Amino acid sequence: MHLILFFLFAGFCLAGAINLLVQSHPINSALSLIVVMTSLAVLYLLLGAEFLAAAQVIVYAGAIMVLFVFTVMLLNAGREERTMGSRVARSIGFPAVVVVLGIVATVVLTARGIGTASLRDGITSTQDLSRVLFHELLLPFEVTSVLILIAILGAVALARHGHGDPEHTPRKITDRTEIERMAAK
Amino acid sequence: MSSFLAQDVPLQFYLLLSAILFALGILGFIIKRNLITVFMSIELMLNAVNLSFVTFAHQWHAVKGQIFVFFVMMVAAAEAAVGLAIIIAVFRARATLAVDRIDLMKL
Repeated sequence: MHLILFFLFAGFCLAGAINLLVQSHPINSALSLIVVMTSLAVLYLLLGAEFLAAAQVIVYAGAIMVLFVFTVMLLNAGREERTMGSRVARSIGFPAVVVVLGIVATVVLTARGIGTASLRDGITSTQDLSRVLFHELLLPFEVTSVLILIAILGAVALARHGHGDPEHTPRKITDRTEIERMAAK
Repeated sequence: MSSFLAQDVPLQFYLLLSAILFALGILGFIIKRNLITVFMSIELMLNAVNLSFVTFAHQWHAVKGQIFVFFVMMVAAAEAAVGLAIIIAVFRARATLAVDRIDLMKL
């Protein structure tokens, strides 16, 4: 059963990833990336990581991909034009990909002592996870919240309309009566 | 046939899948010509690495591997927010998303 589920969702994963490369319209790439992320959530569940499976669906397939889809729609991104890219990318990039994949595959396939995964293995409960997270790793966890806050501020500052453009800078309200009129509304 | 179906999955399969997804991510980074799709390829690579982390967490029965994936997810969320804001700013300044035309820093 585990084998069937693995091959099914690994197939979905690979099909989605290849479709991401083949499609020329960004919205199609975004949707196939959602397929990849959701199938990865199922694979996490097969490996017993129930909390991460939920987080993968909510954070990745939900929040992050919604950001992507919104950006594609907001910028009205059209079909991409295919060029061959740079010479360096072609001459070094493609062989490097093959070499990286070859090395990793060789190491993985020849490694000894790597176990198996089965449906009987049991799952890592959210309780176990949070016990370690909130006892040993509390400081990194709190620091991440600061990181997220800074990222939100940075995103707002970067994407603010009329940023650095004198024509579109929001009009400064200096007139006293205008302020009072707005306050009255 | 039934013994084949009841078989366990070697963790090598998961690691191999992770490696292939990572390679596809690099390929996308190289061949895609749209700024947003290039960014999506980076997300694909992050996901491939996350799968490795979860696999090894399963192998060693270690919870910390899964917690690392949790942190990677949070950093990826922050990175996506800032990155997409940068993409919007670039689009406003250059009115294009084609990476070939955003070449101000090219030698």
